[in-house]
Amino acid sequence: MTDDTDRDPGGSGAGAAPNGWFEGDAAGGADRIREGRADAPADWPALAVESGFADDESDYYARLREATIGAAREAAAERERADDQQLVHAVRAMDDLDQRANELAERVAEWAGSRYPDAATGVDYARELAGRDPDSTVDERLVSLAQRVAGLADEADELRAFVERETPEVAPNLAAMAGPVLAARLISLAGGLDALAKKPAGTVQVLGAEDSLFAHLRGHAPSPKHGVIFTHEYVRGTRPGKRGSAARALAGKLTIAARVDRYSGERKPELDAELDERIAQIRGGEAE
Amino acid sequence: MSEDLPTGVERRSFDGESRLATRGEPVYGEPTDEGWRLWDAGRSKLGAMVELGMDAGLAGGDTVLYLGAASGTTVSHVADFAAPTYAVEFAPRPVRDLVGVAEDRRNLFPLLKDARKPETYAHVVESDVDVVVQDVATRGQARVAVENARFLADDGRLVAAIKARSEDVTREPAAVFEDALAALEPTYEVVATERLEPYHEDHLGVVARPR
Repeated sequence: MTDDTDRDPGGSGAGAAPNGWFEGDAAGGADRIREGRADAPADWPALAVESGFADDESDYYARLREATIGAAREAAAERERADDQQLVHAVRAMDDLDQRANELAERVAEWAGSRYPDAATGVDYARELAGRDPDSTVDERLVSLAQRVAGLADEADELRAFVERETPEVAPNLAAMAGPVLAARLISLAGGLDALAKKPAGTVQVLGAEDSLFAHLRGHAPSPKHGVIFTHEYVRGTRPGKRGSAARALAGKLTIAARVDRYSGERKPELDAELDERIAQIRGGEAE
Repeated sequence: MSEDLPTGVERRSFDGESRLATRGEPVYGEPTDEGWRLWDAGRSKLGAMVELGMDAGLAGGDTVLYLGAASGTTVSHVADFAAPTYAVEFAPRPVRDLVGVAEDRRNLFPLLKDARKPETYAHVVESDVDVVVQDVATRGQARVAVENARFLADDGRLVAAIKARSEDVTREPAAVFEDALAALEPTYEVVATERLEPYHEDHLGVVARPR
């Protein structure tokens, strides 16, 4: 994602003469605040006056103020705009890849079953087959197909690693509570962190269960107790009679986490602790 | 309690209680008294350290590098009594508020940067700052302090609030603090430590000078 601090890991210009933000193109002050680098600080106010960039110290600070405010505002807006949407694309692509890899792995298994007595099923088997040396024209096609499956599965793994790395940057509290992948799915289902933060907890609880929700609203099905949050250990790992309560409690805290992430951005570990406590209560409680 | 408050910080009476205050534009709906803004130790780790009588090495009119400025609650008070104040914060959302705080102050410079990578702002922040204030809620807080020692004057001070839960929620805070202090040792001489209770749970206030 657009991380200003990582644009130039080599540190161009570092090590040579001191390189303050005010050197070079005078018009690009804010850009140079965002993209410049130096290994060590220097007496920038004095150097800026010496070089003629500023008339005196107070003129320097006035220019610095203007440039830093401009740079911070632009960079913050850019990152806020960009990051949750990138995550949405990544997690959707990851799910697409998983689905296609599984479909094609079934095809590979069916085909391989007609040729080898030891044929198995699944993506793992396709990966194994992909490493074989084909010794007939048919095997060539089969192994090649298996290689596509392995490639799709590899890309899905890469995307999962990306989602796991980036979600905590975009939504630290939601990622900590839901796990990064589920957090990204919730953001994706809502259409963005902003949209998720505006949803009531009851909606978050059934995100991803739209089919059953509409069946219920049409009047011929019970209301769904949970959507994608079912994959969370706190729902799945709770005995069926208490799952509705667990899902409600989890959705409530996830909603708060999303709002904290959207409106403050600060990490609050105490939210996780409150949820842990509430779930322990629900699981332990006999009466209801 | 020592009352060597930095110039520009005063005790004023709010609701009959003597509380810290600085003079400047109100920022977050804090109570004010004749232009003095209440600096609430319960909302500010640096405020708690000053309230607890720790000598943060702040005299008033200092050059300050503030790491982990968040929305600017504390740094707004610092900029009220310090001279140039550089405010580093990595999360974009709070930076939006921080920019608003900076717009009301002439000496506050907001930087959307990662405090773990000082080479990305050393071209902006001047050398020989008097005080580095650190309040970052990330793992590796001691490393952040060590990395940023390059900005401090020889007689400067590191004033850090170490948050145990940011390092490891499950470990005993005392053990986390011990590790953090040990990690500071090669770069800094620790001159004072104090737990920030009752203002902030599981935080250790640390004042240190560079070796």
